[in-house]
Amino acid sequence: MLQITKLHANVADKPILKGLTLSLNAGEIHAIMGPNGAGKSTLGYVLSGRPGYEVTEGSVTFNGQDLLALEPHERAAAGLFLGFQYPVEIPGVSNVRFLREALNAQRKSRGEAPLSGAEFLKVAREQATALGMDMDMLKRPVNVGFSGGEKKRNEMVQMGIINPALAILDETDSGLDIDALRIVGDGINRIMRKPDKAVLLITHYQRLLDYVKPDFVHVLADGRITRTGGPELALELERDGYKELAA
Amino acid sequence: MSDDMDIKDKAAWDAAERVADYEHGWSSDIETDFAPKGLTEDTVRFISAKKNEPEWMLEWRLKAFASWKMMTPPDWAKLNVPPIDYQDAYYYAEPKAKPKLGSLDEVDPEILRIYEKLGIPIAEQKLLAGVEGGEDGGLPQRRVAVDAVFDSVSVATTFRAELERAGVIFRSISEAIKEYPELVKKWLGKIVPMHDNYFATLNCAVFSDGTFVYIPEGVRCPMELSTYFRINAENTGQFERTLIIADKGSYVSYLEGCTAPMRDENQLHAAVVELVALDDAEIKYSTVQNWYPGDAEGKGGIYNFVTKRALCQGRNSKVSWTQVETGSAVTWKYPSCVLNGENSVGEFYSVAVTNNYQQADTGTKMIHNGKGSRSTIVSKGISAGHSNNTYRGLVRVAPNAEGVRNFTQCDSLLLGSLSGAHTVPYIEVRNPSAQIEHEATTSKISDDQMFYAMARGLNAEEAVTLIVNGFAKEVLQQLPMEFAVEAQKLLGISLEGSVG
Repeated sequence: MLQITKLHANVADKPILKGLTLSLNAGEIHAIMGPNGAGKSTLGYVLSGRPGYEVTEGSVTFNGQDLLALEPHERAAAGLFLGFQYPVEIPGVSNVRFLREALNAQRKSRGEAPLSGAEFLKVAREQATALGMDMDMLKRPVNVGFSGGEKKRNEMVQMGIINPALAILDETDSGLDIDALRIVGDGINRIMRKPDKAVLLITHYQRLLDYVKPDFVHVLADGRITRTGGPELALELERDGYKELAA
Repeated sequence: MSDDMDIKDKAAWDAAERVADYEHGWSSDIETDFAPKGLTEDTVRFISAKKNEPEWMLEWRLKAFASWKMMTPPDWAKLNVPPIDYQDAYYYAEPKAKPKLGSLDEVDPEILRIYEKLGIPIAEQKLLAGVEGGEDGGLPQRRVAVDAVFDSVSVATTFRAELERAGVIFRSISEAIKEYPELVKKWLGKIVPMHDNYFATLNCAVFSDGTFVYIPEGVRCPMELSTYFRINAENTGQFERTLIIADKGSYVSYLEGCTAPMRDENQLHAAVVELVALDDAEIKYSTVQNWYPGDAEGKGGIYNFVTKRALCQGRNSKVSWTQVETGSAVTWKYPSCVLNGENSVGEFYSVAVTNNYQQADTGTKMIHNGKGSRSTIVSKGISAGHSNNTYRGLVRVAPNAEGVRNFTQCDSLLLGSLSGAHTVPYIEVRNPSAQIEHEATTSKISDDQMFYAMARGLNAEEAVTLIVNGFAKEVLQQLPMEFAVEAQKLLGISLEGSVG
């Protein structure tokens, strides 16, 4: 599904990714772990096309398509979803409106009919309920006045509504208490643990992986993947830290 | 908003979008009856004669014209306006086919076709046919009466009978001058005096037509009143005159929308709107202004010099101005409230969008003369391209006005790095009991917001439209529903080309 080959990327002319190669197949969940500053968030931004993240070398294909040639909204329409580490506030725009317009923009570019207000609300209500979020919160402006945990939960509601093929979740577990962590973990499994979908989980900690069991765990250090293993690798990292590995 | 509305709007907008960059940028070939070019006493007499006006009205116009000749255009606004040659314009034009009809069905099909192009039928076709709103799910539970102003003459007035049953007088101002001279004499020029300012005085001399509304004591107007103004003749200034009188305990909501065809020449628009609210009366006046703004290089576009003022004369009277200003090359407009009545209320909600080389200097004056009078000002300015957008406001509290309160919020949003936002608030308080609050912010659309919206599937322009609509929401939600949908789309359309 996603093939990243020898990817180099700069931020403000500083090399951050230095020849990263990674392959995700449909049906797989991959976790990327690594120390601060290794380039984990940069990878998420580069894959979703954030301006200012400049690819200098390498290629990325997504279902056979040259991902790097697409605008951010085209990547979204192609089925890529980025769960933000720091979800952004949009004052005056309700979640419902934001998501309906976003979803219908995606559907339009895929040649699908737009969802009516009623159809959309049905989907939104299902997802909000499954993630234990009040519908009233969906009517409030996007992320405005939300706690850190609520913002992350809102990202998962968005993911459920948009129903992407590939989700890149950037530290979705940070800022969550134990109960919220379980709800979010269950959400990821429910929405994304499917034969035709894949997930790239970017995380510092093992604890999310208790709920979302990865098929592969990669260590990202100094702009490349330095080690790949199964779920046991995450436990090893938790125990020994990244220093041990880098050595 | 419902989907039904979406679909109807989409059809209308699609039709409109087929017409070049500017949706309303076409002209029609309806024959026009012009006054001779230029502005002399004869022009004033011509207009008055065309309208079969009584002698007192002609005298009034001539007096204004004599004054105007001695006056000079105001230059205090942050506007760069080239000198206007007032002798190089026509001051009166009327469509040749000029029926006096009770319903739009009988109107010249050419005019109806133009309205259709404008997207007016979205709501109006059904509304005019008397279709109740809720039945098809897309329209509000009320009807709209349209006094259609095509160029300078009211072509048709609808729902007149129903309004008259309620005792509401809804007329073109020309008709009102003849049919209700005492009412007109009592208030015309009393809210905006004849010598108020250069453009108002010009309007007094040459106003072509406009709307007159009288709501009798204790009457809640049974429908929204709406006038669509439209310039359709080359080089013809549009000088509208509106007078709305809300008698004791009455209520009226009036909607005004403007579109204009594309022209290279700058067209002068100098309207005067006068509102008066007596004891316990309320007037809600909403405007969506979408005159031709000029092209991307700043060529052409309407000069919009408008004087709008409300007199809150009675106790507990209330006037609420809501405006969405997206059009015109130059906007000079300060819808104001003179709060004479005890506990009277003035409100001003404004969104002004400028793009390319547009210039807007707009705001309000809240003049607190009455004890316990209150006012709210919410201004949202959005500047893009090379444009300049100025909020200019005055809050004045008279020495005898005890217990006055004002709240002002003035927010500016900048797109790109070449546009300007300016805020010029004047506060003059002569009574120590007044409570005046002023909040102001200036911001840019953040890269984070743009990327977040785009990562969810919106393209750059859709993202800007959404964020801008969120920024302006407090004002947009003041609009009657018929306009809210259109206004939201207008914001996006007005900002086309400002990102990417």
